[in-house]
Amino acid sequence: MVENRPFLTFLTHAVLIIGVLFLCFPVWMALVASTHGPEALSSSPIPLWFGDRAWENYSQLLVGGLPEAGGVPIGSMMFNSLIMALVITFGKIAISIISAYAIVYFQFPFRMGFFWMIFITLMLPVEVRILPTFDVVVKMGMLNTYAGLTVPLIASATATFLFRQFFLTIPDELVEAARIDRAGPLRFFWDILLPLSRTNIAALFIILFIYGWNQYLWPLLITTDESLYTVVMGIQRMVNSGESLPVWHYIMGTAVLAMIPPVIVVVAMQKLFVKGLVESEK
Amino acid sequence: MQKRVVFRSRLLPYLLVLPQIAITLIFFFWPAYQALESSFFIEDAFGFSRQWVAMQNYVELFQDPSYLRSFKTTLIFGVSVAVMAMSISLGLAVAANRVVKAATGYRTMLIWPYAVAPALAGVIWYFLMNPSLGIVAYWLKNVGVDWNHYLNGDQALLLVIVAAAWKQVSYNFLFFLAGLQSIPKSLIEAAAIDRAGPVRRFWTIVFPLLTPTTFFLLVVNLVYAFFDTFALVHATTEGGPVDATSILVFRVYNTGFIGQDYGSSAAQSVILMGLVIMMTFVQFRFVERKVQY
Repeated sequence: MVENRPFLTFLTHAVLIIGVLFLCFPVWMALVASTHGPEALSSSPIPLWFGDRAWENYSQLLVGGLPEAGGVPIGSMMFNSLIMALVITFGKIAISIISAYAIVYFQFPFRMGFFWMIFITLMLPVEVRILPTFDVVVKMGMLNTYAGLTVPLIASATATFLFRQFFLTIPDELVEAARIDRAGPLRFFWDILLPLSRTNIAALFIILFIYGWNQYLWPLLITTDESLYTVVMGIQRMVNSGESLPVWHYIMGTAVLAMIPPVIVVVAMQKLFVKGLVESEK
Repeated sequence: MQKRVVFRSRLLPYLLVLPQIAITLIFFFWPAYQALESSFFIEDAFGFSRQWVAMQNYVELFQDPSYLRSFKTTLIFGVSVAVMAMSISLGLAVAANRVVKAATGYRTMLIWPYAVAPALAGVIWYFLMNPSLGIVAYWLKNVGVDWNHYLNGDQALLLVIVAAAWKQVSYNFLFFLAGLQSIPKSLIEAAAIDRAGPVRRFWTIVFPLLTPTTFFLLVVNLVYAFFDTFALVHATTEGGPVDATSILVFRVYNTGFIGQDYGSSAAQSVILMGLVIMMTFVQFRFVERKVQY
């Protein structure tokens, strides 16, 4: 702090507290609504404090399933989300680290061509090539499979760049030393490069896990079979359930359940997350 | 760009890049090419035959008032989300940069919404603003605002803007905070010795030094608002009422999957691709923070 200004200090805390309230209030209301029964949520104003139906609501959601969501328990949707997020995360990290390794540590024809091909994927998000990508998946028979849900999302320009940047900062002497000791390229990768990349891998893991867990459009296209629904996508079926009124206490319960895993990851691994986010976007 | 010392191997590097390149070819380049190709054709509803129509799909799009309206909606949406999310987070970052006590506590409380999916952010705000039982709608009614986003298109647009901006505040906050922390303390102190007050210091020193961060975030926020918010719109207003919230990405999906008009959907995809390419170019050309060539 440059100088002591009590009023400014007061203002600082006021701004931060208002900010925290603005960010937390919606989720607070979701939590509160998920602990009430339908009666409490049928007339305005709705209660601002918890009800007594938390246990019933959540156990119904997790194992019982709802007709509005095709009768699939949220527990199994969350399981699908978890599989999807983990496969995407590990897949992206694995194929990015090996392609960055090839591009940095080898000299071969079309090296830069490959680099630019990976770069260009940044400009082709799923949203702009929805139909033809869907067609490819249909032709390959991957509709309603875990492979269809995950494999097409595994390419990652961001992760490749991050590893490439990191590899470029590793001193050349390490490679020289490894070569003098007669270590081959694979051995060098496995015994030296991979252990050195641990922090980067962990930081990327957080960001990619959130990316994978929060996918919406892709599961919406690829899954018509309700047993493969992911939770972030499945909630939409309850909100826009057509004729019947939305059952808000269940919808909010689902929203809370769907945000718990990624929020825990971010809060628990805050330091790594901040580092990974700020660096991967650089 | 490359190491001075490299390994020599004929086959290995190709094997290493193979998985990534295979996926990009099959799921990125081929579909993108398909979109480009089918944007020049009209296909019948059953996919049996198609006819070369050159630019007709594009011409029709730009003569369609509702498509032009979507363009305008997307622009209003994108700019509002970016301005709202960035100004809130800049204020919070400046404040967070100033506190000494409880800094980590505040930071934790401010960054967690990054992990909330856009679809969930949308659904929660949809609930808060629900005209018959939403608490925010109830408060608005008490101060004389008649809120009903089911009927009022402008209010529906405002709803998705607030939800999208709410989710994006954390991301911007982290980048602004990192930007603020990299400004040398001595600059601020020198200005303070010259008797510049906090407000003056902010506008003449801090804010200009943050320009690269601000510009980078502007592009990122626009990309987020144009593309990632599909989920938010689809899970809540579904483009309605009428087409008040049907942003361009939502329209591509709607024309293709619901309307089954492949040619037009492909042409819309191509236009969007042009938009992303332009924005990525701007980002790399003018920001130059992402990669060093």
